[in-house]
Amino acid sequence: MAWVIFAILSILCAGAVTAMIVSRNQAHNALFLVLAFASLGGIFGLLEAPFAAGVQVLVYAGAIMVLFLFAIMMFDLREAGPREKRRLKVVLAGGLGLVLLAELVLAGRQALSAGRASAAAGGDLAHLGRLLFTDYLYAFEITSLLILAALVGALALAGRREGE
Amino acid sequence: MIPPLAFLGLAALLFVLGTIAFFVKKDLLVQFMAVEIMLNAGNLAILALGRATGKADGQALVLFVITVAAAEAVVGLAIIVLVFRRRKSIRTDDLKDLKG
Repeated sequence: MAWVIFAILSILCAGAVTAMIVSRNQAHNALFLVLAFASLGGIFGLLEAPFAAGVQVLVYAGAIMVLFLFAIMMFDLREAGPREKRRLKVVLAGGLGLVLLAELVLAGRQALSAGRASAAAGGDLAHLGRLLFTDYLYAFEITSLLILAALVGALALAGRREGE
Repeated sequence: MIPPLAFLGLAALLFVLGTIAFFVKKDLLVQFMAVEIMLNAGNLAILALGRATGKADGQALVLFVITVAAAEAVVGLAIIVLVFRRRKSIRTDDLKDLKG
């Protein structure tokens, strides 16, 4: 059963990303990515990581992609220019991707053969919360500072009026 | 139970697709989305390995990656908006002043 869900979700995810590569409309690209991230959230759920799954759907598919959609609506969406000749670039990018895939598969196999631990329950939310506020306390606080800095930075960059 | 290798394979595939999208697309905004795909592939790999080792640290790490990605998206989109205001275009073809 888990295999069936995994197959459906992974095909949905990879298919959405492929469709995003093929499609030339920016808004469609963003919506395909929402689909990909939502199905990735389902895959996180299969990995017994309910917290990560929730954050993925809320923050990624929700907040970040909606931000992208807003940005797309801010730019004027004129039709993409005539289809320029870029077959060479597509072939080069494809070759690069194949090499990268081979490398990643090799690295993944070696990483897995190094040690094989038994799977334990990692989805305990209370345990995760305790971990965040003990072992990762500094990282957690620094992350909140980072978000504040990003907020102020974005306001300073984009909030300025044209004439100033 | 699904072995971690299946999840790692999907993560590798997603990362490669993100790389290809980054190089094929000619639009700052869409290239930025491709970077997000690569970040998500990394998250998937972290979670797969986290479950393989049976620790909850993977989820904590993913939380940090997602927050940093959100901050990066905010600042990156602000920069893209600035580029658009100045150049009236975000296509990378129109932004090659440094090419000699």
